[in-house]
Amino acid sequence: MTTLILKRLGLGLFTLWLVSVLVFAGTEILPGDVAGAILGQNATPESLAALRTQLGLDEPALMRYLGWLGGITHGDLGQSLANHRPVAELLWPRFWNTMALAAYAGVIAIPLAVSLGILAAARRGRFFDRFANIAALALVSLPEYFLGLLLILGLSVRTGWLPSLADTYEGMGLVDWFRATTLPMLVLVMVTMAQILRMTRTTVLGVMDQPYIETAFLKGLRNGRVVLRHATPNAAAPIVNVVSFNIAYLITGVVLVEAVFNYNGLGRFMVDAVSKRDLPMVQGAAIVFGAAYVLLNMIADIAAIALNPRLRHPRAKGA
Amino acid sequence: MSEILKIRDLRVETASGLELLHGISLDLAKGEILGLIGESGAGKSTIGLAAMGYGRGGCRISGGTIELAGTELASASLRQREAVRGARIAYVAQSAAAAFNPAQRLEQQIVEGPLRHGVMTAAEARAWMLELFTALQLPEPEAFGRRYPHQVSGGQLQRAMVAMAMACKPDILVLDEPTTALDVTTQIEVLALLRETIHKYGTSALYITHDLAVIAQIADRLIVLRDGAEIESGTTEQILEAPRHEYTRRLVAERAESLTAAPGAHHRTGETLLALSGVAAGYGSKPVLAGIDLTVRRGETVAIVGESGSGKSTLARVVAGLLPPSEGLLDFADAPLPPSYTKRPRDLLRRIQLIYQLPDVALNPRQSVAETIGRPLELYRGLKGRALRAEVAHLLGLIGLAPEMADRLPGALSGGQKQRVCIARALAAKPDLMICDEVTSALDPLVAEEILRLLRRLQDDFGMTYLFITHDLSVVRRLADRTVVMQQGRIVEAAETETLFTAPQEAYTQRLLDSVPQLDRGWLDRVLTARGG
Repeated sequence: MTTLILKRLGLGLFTLWLVSVLVFAGTEILPGDVAGAILGQNATPESLAALRTQLGLDEPALMRYLGWLGGITHGDLGQSLANHRPVAELLWPRFWNTMALAAYAGVIAIPLAVSLGILAAARRGRFFDRFANIAALALVSLPEYFLGLLLILGLSVRTGWLPSLADTYEGMGLVDWFRATTLPMLVLVMVTMAQILRMTRTTVLGVMDQPYIETAFLKGLRNGRVVLRHATPNAAAPIVNVVSFNIAYLITGVVLVEAVFNYNGLGRFMVDAVSKRDLPMVQGAAIVFGAAYVLLNMIADIAAIALNPRLRHPRAKGA
Repeated sequence: MSEILKIRDLRVETASGLELLHGISLDLAKGEILGLIGESGAGKSTIGLAAMGYGRGGCRISGGTIELAGTELASASLRQREAVRGARIAYVAQSAAAAFNPAQRLEQQIVEGPLRHGVMTAAEARAWMLELFTALQLPEPEAFGRRYPHQVSGGQLQRAMVAMAMACKPDILVLDEPTTALDVTTQIEVLALLRETIHKYGTSALYITHDLAVIAQIADRLIVLRDGAEIESGTTEQILEAPRHEYTRRLVAERAESLTAAPGAHHRTGETLLALSGVAAGYGSKPVLAGIDLTVRRGETVAIVGESGSGKSTLARVVAGLLPPSEGLLDFADAPLPPSYTKRPRDLLRRIQLIYQLPDVALNPRQSVAETIGRPLELYRGLKGRALRAEVAHLLGLIGLAPEMADRLPGALSGGQKQRVCIARALAAKPDLMICDEVTSALDPLVAEEILRLLRRLQDDFGMTYLFITHDLSVVRRLADRTVVMQQGRIVEAAETETLFTAPQEAYTQRLLDSVPQLDRGWLDRVLTARGG
């Protein structure tokens, strides 16, 4: 089992490296250039060339990539081309904002969705199951910005219960922070819950067709116990997978939600950086997003390996 | 008579209203073992499960009564049935490997029943489990329960399943083909312990099986079933010695003949067709075959027998080119045979055909019979249009299927018919050598017998050569000119079938032959005495 996990770790590192290559290559072929963007109307061919040299854009791509990669390995993401401050300094606060919102949504959505999914499986075909399925389908088919606007209309504009903009600032009180971020949290919860719930239900039901589930019923066990004790543990690996996929989405896919609620997260940070052609900022954000994705998937895979009883308890030698 | 289970006019239907059992009645006395025998689809398992108030996949009890120790189950509420299941009547499934939860320790699953039903404290349940483990001769009873299902052998797991069923000290055990999935040598052990345990604790049992010879060793009375109805019933001696109904007579006669017919076949054989010398093969770094020398002459049947894990199917894969050997040479019709099928020219592929154990999965469910059989005709023989259709019809005739079957999809065929289509597909290529890998194992005895008869006829008519792989010695007996016994990847003994059956040279061969259940009631006792002595 240890070998398998080490292999998976190695594969994860390799994927991260690939991500760095793709991010760098991607920003290289991005149209326009930063010198032009900075100088705007005042650009003359001479001033453009001078600025390019000053920014180091004249060096060959490979050299710039290696320099950048070397920086990343000890936390240096380069300097913003627009305002010359270190990218890391600008990026991490925004990253933590995103993480905070993702954590807020995840802590509520994941346990709720998994338990509702198991409940739906236990009541297959009954009212709760159908209702949960229809509700989940309805939520998952609405785009998140539309959901966001609906919530703003209902919980903010009409009733005034919650602020419509998620303005957060440093030194903000905890209660205020929760008030400000509850609406975007709700949108994220709705979007992620639907998928987790449906996947959990399907996986548990898939296990329910196994012969050992029939054995459990023939031992006279009740439905609830069979679902919880016999089916769910065997469905754990796929559930962990879909959960980790959704956590990754909470971190990397929130651009639209951040835009609707004007939240200062990493998604908006990246959008702003792209519009300013501030390449090191774009690269920094992209590599952080990529790393989050790779890391979460790796954790899910390792969890799936660790949850497999055959790998956890290998046959004794000679048994 | 103290009847513990009384079933009257039991009817069970599927969710869509199709009736599976048409009014079954039976009585089970305390301590009695009642055998339910019949082919697949006869409703044996349905009766066993209905006796527990359980219907598989939406089946429900639509009529009749089930009286278990005074409690009426057919009309009882779910709660009442759950209270009885596992506690008063318990189930032992055919495949313990599938019936145990892979994520829990054996112990956890065994004591769960008594604890949930509140019939024992945790300490009592554990002590009883250890007693059962000892009675069932499981190794190191104290440590055994700590294992996970995948950590013990098939025979041990089947015995653990019996321990799980006995955990609540039930009145009745429903044993659903409990030894069918085991190797013959393991089957004896489990069968003996099962019988001993049932007698020791005075448990009654419904013993479900398709194998008359197995049931003969253990059941007091038999009920013969067919298509959800009783054909006849009586004591085991009565049924075996004087079957009244024609169907029962056929069942008994077929089984008797497979056990007692003169062994060996004598085909006119020609030159050496296939020769293996020093072949070794394995999966990854795990060796499965070593030092295999084998020759097959044109027109003969060579049987490869062995228990699971003996490497017999791997040998088939090596000959078919699906698994290139790591060592050794293959010759086919006096020319070297390329190790991998990808390196074999098309005509060589045509000359060696493989028929699989499970016809269900060997046929593409979306291709009609005509397409399935037509494909090799186009590929190897270049037939088209009318000639193709004529040849398909001809092949269907050869395997005994009506020409109208050509347009059917596999889903609309019975198991035996599917296997016939698989044979026709192999036959379509006009092969020199057919490898038959457990081709009758998934079929009912009477159907299997028909398939074997078909294979024999093809051999007589066309001089076909078979490499016949099986674990079933009674199949080999009448079919093979020569028999090769394998154990743990090596050839233990190879001889003329007649010689091998009458005068085996190796102890292992003798043990295999002794392990084949015979139709007389005293067989198991004799074997046990012989071993004990």
